[in-house]
Amino acid sequence: MDGLNGFDADLGYLALALPFIAAVLAPLLTRVMKSHAAWLLALAPAGAFWIFLSGLREVAEGTVHRFGFEWIPSFDIDFSFRLDGLSLIFALLITGIGTLIILYAGGYMKGHKDQGRFLSFMLMFMGAMLGLVLADDLMTLFVYWELTSITSFLLIGFDHTREKARRGAVQALVITGGGGLALLAGFIVIREVTGLTSMSDILAAGDVLRQSAAYLPILILVLCGAFTKSAQMPLHVWLPNAMEAPTPVSAYLHSATMVKAGVYLLMRMQPALGDTTLWMTILPAFGGVTLVMGALLAVRATDIKITLAYTTVASLGLLVMLIGVSSETAIIGATLYLIAHSLFKGGLFMVAGSVDHGAHTREIDKLGGLARSMPVTFLAAMLCALSMGGVTPFIGFLAKEEIYHAVEYADPYYIAIAAAAILGNALMFAAAFIVALKPFVGSMPAEIHDPHEGELRIWLGPLVLGVLSVVAGLYYGVYHEFFSSPMASAAYGEAVEIEIGWVPHLNLAFALSMATIALGIAIYVGSAALRAVLSRMLAAIGWGPDMGFDQAMRGLVRFASKVTNLIQSGRLDYYMTTVVVAVVVALFASMWLADGFPEMPTIPQIKIYEWIVLGLILLGILAVVIAKDRLTAIVSLGIQGFAVALIFMLQGAPDLAFTQFMVETLSVVILALVMTRLKLSPADHRPLREKLPDALLALAGGAGFGLFLLAVIQTPFDSTLSDFFERYSYAIAHGRNIVNVILVDFRGVDTMGEIAVVMTTGLAVLALIRIRVGRRGERTIDPLEKTP
Amino acid sequence: MRTIIFRFTAPYLTSLMVLFSIFVLLRGHNEPGGGFIGGLIAASAFAIYGIACGVAPVRRALYFHPMTLAGGGLILAVLSGVLSIVFGIEFLTGLWAFPTFLGTEVALSTPLFFDIGVYLVVVGAISTIALALEEREDD
Repeated sequence: MDGLNGFDADLGYLALALPFIAAVLAPLLTRVMKSHAAWLLALAPAGAFWIFLSGLREVAEGTVHRFGFEWIPSFDIDFSFRLDGLSLIFALLITGIGTLIILYAGGYMKGHKDQGRFLSFMLMFMGAMLGLVLADDLMTLFVYWELTSITSFLLIGFDHTREKARRGAVQALVITGGGGLALLAGFIVIREVTGLTSMSDILAAGDVLRQSAAYLPILILVLCGAFTKSAQMPLHVWLPNAMEAPTPVSAYLHSATMVKAGVYLLMRMQPALGDTTLWMTILPAFGGVTLVMGALLAVRATDIKITLAYTTVASLGLLVMLIGVSSETAIIGATLYLIAHSLFKGGLFMVAGSVDHGAHTREIDKLGGLARSMPVTFLAAMLCALSMGGVTPFIGFLAKEEIYHAVEYADPYYIAIAAAAILGNALMFAAAFIVALKPFVGSMPAEIHDPHEGELRIWLGPLVLGVLSVVAGLYYGVYHEFFSSPMASAAYGEAVEIEIGWVPHLNLAFALSMATIALGIAIYVGSAALRAVLSRMLAAIGWGPDMGFDQAMRGLVRFASKVTNLIQSGRLDYYMTTVVVAVVVALFASMWLADGFPEMPTIPQIKIYEWIVLGLILLGILAVVIAKDRLTAIVSLGIQGFAVALIFMLQGAPDLAFTQFMVETLSVVILALVMTRLKLSPADHRPLREKLPDALLALAGGAGFGLFLLAVIQTPFDSTLSDFFERYSYAIAHGRNIVNVILVDFRGVDTMGEIAVVMTTGLAVLALIRIRVGRRGERTIDPLEKTP
Repeated sequence: MRTIIFRFTAPYLTSLMVLFSIFVLLRGHNEPGGGFIGGLIAASAFAIYGIACGVAPVRRALYFHPMTLAGGGLILAVLSGVLSIVFGIEFLTGLWAFPTFLGTEVALSTPLFFDIGVYLVVVGAISTIALALEEREDD
């Protein structure tokens, strides 16, 4: 790969690997050092953060680093990465917040018996997320994308003894994993249509994509991936249910990072797929609905973690809506909001965890008056909430101002978007203070005993994020130069300058901002009443996407069991009939389609002893048909087999004859042994009308094979292969027995596969024989079976 | 089936058949024979022994579980292919050596070991099935 000037690619690989290395070490370290292991493990994301930070200045100047290597060259698939403004800022958020989260988890999960496993999963997720945002090659991106789904499944289901946690985990996996498959299909269509395999190439070929006939399917598939991951209505249901996970997971995966993966993908592909009517309709429609509905549900929720989860849904809706607008200001607004949201929402989730930790409840009605006993947490909560509410000089204010600049046009399209933004933001303002203010002020309910501040690691994270939210707002020049501008430029596709500052100017955007805050305060004051109204409305509707998910899953299971019952009858004779019918159809259909029925063969000179052998064969078959019981039939089948072996012998194929003898002997022995095992009735007592179809099928099978073989020997013989083997068998393989030389040398790989099959069959048969039919018909494996 | 004559002759018959199977295995590269057919002969030898004298003596005589033999055979076959990689040529390409042993030239080759692997897999898998079927609850 070229383009490696300055930034050290080796360090890039190291940064990508560090979280995984730490994930492997986590269980061991935690066993030795208990919760102090988190201090050491946090060095991994911190180191990665430092490595990415070193690329900051170059990237701010517009450099794009690409590094990677060939992965599957035959499919043109690379394992490659792209470091530009968008991926760098994401990487910094992931590793930076990740460091704080690992420390927080060390304090939060202190004394938990599975802390090592938990930290390991968290770090694995971090590695997956880092790879996702840095990936350049589409398949690399997809692999990391699915890895985030899997690690998120493990984390949500961490407390796997609780049914709700398991359900949340499965739901998240089904929805995000399903979206991931749609994304894979989308990537494959992109490859098929354009031949492009990396983001860098795709970004350069936006026009080709937009004008391609496959633009619509590509867009739908990519949006399926992005919308499931970033929880757009009605696929958002997994996100509130993911709150079953321990709070560090919610703070990290379900606010700051993983749910942003969809937004990341949209920002990444905006220059290539965006700016079309479809894009500018679908995204704002879904985003707007998600924003308003999510914010309403946030105010309705009584658990502060669920409130935060729904504000996250709403924020993701806002981001998708803005990316859909596609204008320069809208993209800048989305960028500013994304960074601000990662900081304040990560912080607020940690605050919610601290409140839960200190007061042992998350129900908003049962919380109050904690400010005195948890002052640092209260301070951090207020800083984050002020940023979330969009109050100057916090970065949340910069974001909101820019968003309102993007929509201040007197056009129905923009008015609708502005209305959604104002309503959503006002509701989120109220939600922010419900979570960050309400638990700390007022009188403390009597149920709360001995609330206490957590240790350093518990309050450090939210405090740092809160302080950063205000520092970045105050020093907005530096913030824009190094962070928001490079990111927005990459997402917009052209270099952009951001000027928005914390000093308010009297203009329309500021007026909208003030209106939002006023509306937000009103909602906060009336939140109890609003909650009651919303609850009654939802109860009246009585159905939601969450219930729909359960219904869909139940339907799927029922469908699967119906299909299985249909094709797996469990009756051996049905299976055999199916196989024989398939063979007969294949034989006759291929001869019929290729017009390959054999001509009437001329009867060759047959010697007297050959007639005798043929007679033996017929005698054997006759004996099989008229045999009174099954055992006699099996032995009679052997007569026919031996006679065939004799023919091989007479025709000069001793190898074949030899093998045929042995196979016949062994199959008669084994069949006879099976007969004694199966407790079948000794004879077939079915009436003729039931036997007749089987007989006809057997005749058809025999006729099919006979005709097919005749047709084969009537085609001219191509002796290329036999000439080759005759010439080279002794010359290069030192063997005169061509059959054996082919088996062990020329076609050795085939033989290797075959003996593996023989062995597997042996194992399978052994397992079948060992299954005993229990008394009540249940099949069990006998644990006392001796294995010498 | 356990007549006195059969029980008396079965061990000799089995020994002869196993010996013959090894002969068939080793001559296979130049004359009719080989690992597959040799394996079938040996497997039937063990099946006969089992029918005549019961499964327990066969298992004792085999020492290893037949499935272990099969697994060992598969490993031997794979290793004889891997050896070529060690020598820097493609997987499963035959390697030959002709050392003189007691005044006779002996042909040693990786295909030979591969064939022995085939032999062991066939003996192991089929004896597994046959012995398991012959085994009774009262054995």
